[in-house]
Amino acid sequence: MSKTLRINGKTHEVDLPDDVPLLWVLRDEIGLTGTKFGCGVAACGACTVQVNGEAMRSCQLSLGDVEGDVTTIEGLGTPDNLAKIQQAWVAHQVAQCGYCQSGQIMQAASLLAENPSPSDEDIDDAMQGNLCRCGTYPRIRAAIHSAAKMMQEA
Amino acid sequence: MASLKKIARRSFLVGSAAIVGGVAFGTFKYHQPAPNPLQPGAGKAILNPFVFVDQSGVTLIAPRAEMGQGVRTSWAALIAEELDVDPAAVTVLHGPAAKAYYNSAMMAEALPGRGYDASDLKHSLGQIVGNFSKFLDLQVTGGSSSMKDGFTRMRLAGASARETLKEAAAQQLGVARALLETKDGVVLAPGGVTLAYSELAVAAADVEAQEAELRPAAQWKYIGKPVARIDMVEKITGTATFGLDTRIEGMKFAAIRQNPHYGAAMRSFDASAAKSMAGVEEILDLGDAVAVVGTNTWLAQQAVDAIEVDWAPANYPETTEAIFAEIAAAFDDSPNSTLRDDGDVDDLPEGAELLEVEYRLPYLAHATMEPMNATALYTGDSLEIWAPNQGPTVVQKAAADLSGLEAEAITVNTTYLGGGFGRRIEVDYTNLAVQIALQLRGIPVQLTWSREEDMRHDYFRPGAIARYRAAVKDGKALMVHGKIAAQSTTQEGAGRMLGLPMSGPDKGHVDAAFNQPLAIPNFRVEGYLAKPMIPVGFWRSVAASFNGFFSDTIIDEMAHRAGRDPLEFRLELARAEWEPAAQVLERVRDMSSWSGETPAGVGRGVALAYSFGTPVAQVIEVADRDGDIAITKAWIAADLGLAIDPRNIEAQLFGGLAYGLSAACFGEITFADGMVEQENFPDYDALRMPSMPRVEVAVLENQKHMGGAGEPGTPPAAPALANAIFDLTGDRARELPLNKRFSFV
Repeated sequence: MSKTLRINGKTHEVDLPDDVPLLWVLRDEIGLTGTKFGCGVAACGACTVQVNGEAMRSCQLSLGDVEGDVTTIEGLGTPDNLAKIQQAWVAHQVAQCGYCQSGQIMQAASLLAENPSPSDEDIDDAMQGNLCRCGTYPRIRAAIHSAAKMMQEA
Repeated sequence: MASLKKIARRSFLVGSAAIVGGVAFGTFKYHQPAPNPLQPGAGKAILNPFVFVDQSGVTLIAPRAEMGQGVRTSWAALIAEELDVDPAAVTVLHGPAAKAYYNSAMMAEALPGRGYDASDLKHSLGQIVGNFSKFLDLQVTGGSSSMKDGFTRMRLAGASARETLKEAAAQQLGVARALLETKDGVVLAPGGVTLAYSELAVAAADVEAQEAELRPAAQWKYIGKPVARIDMVEKITGTATFGLDTRIEGMKFAAIRQNPHYGAAMRSFDASAAKSMAGVEEILDLGDAVAVVGTNTWLAQQAVDAIEVDWAPANYPETTEAIFAEIAAAFDDSPNSTLRDDGDVDDLPEGAELLEVEYRLPYLAHATMEPMNATALYTGDSLEIWAPNQGPTVVQKAAADLSGLEAEAITVNTTYLGGGFGRRIEVDYTNLAVQIALQLRGIPVQLTWSREEDMRHDYFRPGAIARYRAAVKDGKALMVHGKIAAQSTTQEGAGRMLGLPMSGPDKGHVDAAFNQPLAIPNFRVEGYLAKPMIPVGFWRSVAASFNGFFSDTIIDEMAHRAGRDPLEFRLELARAEWEPAAQVLERVRDMSSWSGETPAGVGRGVALAYSFGTPVAQVIEVADRDGDIAITKAWIAADLGLAIDPRNIEAQLFGGLAYGLSAACFGEITFADGMVEQENFPDYDALRMPSMPRVEVAVLENQKHMGGAGEPGTPPAAPALANAIFDLTGDRARELPLNKRFSFV
């Protein structure tokens, strides 16, 4: 049951049953706690990571099914070296409690990779699986538009 | 007034103390200082618990839960305002559980009176009565109270620190303190000499603490302006430590199942299948719950789900219908309170038009994004708890009761909270972690509730029924008589928190009903308390969450019956009672270009609610999208009196709106067989990106007193939306959630 994972460019050997969801491998085994547990049924998006660039709910992705490069919030940018999308989140002062923001950012980053200048409707479609109980949606929307601009200007 | 001023002066003891390599400053608000919570080191004493200066810079202890409301940033800004440091350069820690960190403003809210009519004298009295909370050991975050609580204390701590550092510099340089200035963490002396605070820290500890007058508002650099949140970068890089992110060497992971019938026992369980499952190390009997401890949260959850349990049945009514029948039965008793009784509600003049309506609102779960969790380590003679909590001293006391340890042997570490909304003022989740830890001496254990456990084991916003009689005549509001029945959050929730039986008129139960700033000549509000059944607790805006709907919806119904524009009707009633309430209505009227007319397929509603010291008006616009309703726009105006950080307040207000709209559209906890029927977000959904309206917020500063920000945005949301849907469809919603009657985009 040993498996090799590639996460944020690093290799990790884990020895866990194949059916353990990636979320709980990241959090309880590898110690990458930036990816959050919210619902366990892919209904809130707090656990969103990217696998080969595609946003996925890590609470529904079994260890045995993980193939390819995993990127978590820790791999997107760091406090000293923020990704552009994170800079946009700071500029708009998006986070309140902040618990859902890792998932929001991973989802939004995936959207922007596919669609460099999303419309409001594109944002609604891409982000509707990501719940925020603090109601930060207006600033998430604004930050995604800003990030799109920053990325195009770069 | 002179005597009040004297008391105020005496009650603000300002002091300083040496710490290792530096100095600590603070204020105690009562003349018998509470025991200092910070451990002295290396033979040096620490007296005061708010500001530290040492070689690494300035550290603030902000002993309030950071649950998204921005308290750490705003308290840092208050200190920085007097201390002359950049708020971004201040390190902010939560600090330990301690009586010294009691919340005075929350107790002051308990004073009689409507709030908006409070005189200066009563506000001063509120400050003094607030000292009583120290005796109750209440270090709590709630009631939209942190800025009222910290506004003077934090600035005094900053001012005292500044003047004491200047005094240390004056002695060192041999110049008069009056000749010195401070800027960006540095003391400036004549001739271009500069001394950084960090260089003065050790010397300042030997200088007598200096008192200072607070700076006038005209000199403020940070108060009233947006300050970048100091928790922002952590929260967007996955580096902020929430409760669930606590990682202790050797830590195990636990999952739990509790009796879905509240307060009933666990008769027996069979864990034979669970025992042999992967990752399982311990199966623990917790009396009315069973826990599995293992190497991984998910594996522990699979195992606990595989345990066969025989739960004792509920000892309260088992269905939603039966529970609401009990709530309705409360109307048969005499009222618990009649806190508004103006004029005569019984005799109606000739020609008055009478409305008699009943409203029903459901029980609601908090559904914080971070499920309930806590981590605990028991060593035999001490206990350490890591928890995202709103009341560290409450957690500590409960843990002392469970463990038999003295409170001093129990350390409570407060992490960031992944949402609070009142849920985390309870201690059920910390108690369960402590119960597990007590059985696993020397092993740190993190208990995580599944979302299903979190949803079903809440202290819910009580379900409520209101019966209103109201009358209009000649286009005017003549009479409102409201009766409100629900379980009492104050008596049940506060009683649980304080460990005291509560009695007397329950002001909280009728908040945002009896005290609405509306001049209605014949106006009575009665509160009726239903017997305890389902566990109920504090849910963002507490009873104002249902009373805001009741008391505004009846006004909307009256306006339509009177043939009046609903905004103008409210404005007339507010203007005659309290000008700031009229001004928030005028502002949303202007922002939304309210004309009383809407194009076909568009509806608009307005609502006004006063709660937690803040009047808030909202206009919501809805649109028909092929039979579904889209919530397209919202305008919010709120009068905070003094807006410490307008950008953060804006976020609290539209966040409060979103929380209220989520409940209005989708929120309902129902019961069958004595159990909650909802399990997770698919059946207890909330507003998502496509359903969030475009929002425009105005933060006003017209009223004389400082209002709260975290809660007042919630109460007007549901009535504003339902009033808009009435405008669109002609269909009046007297029950929530609205998705029972209407379909949303």
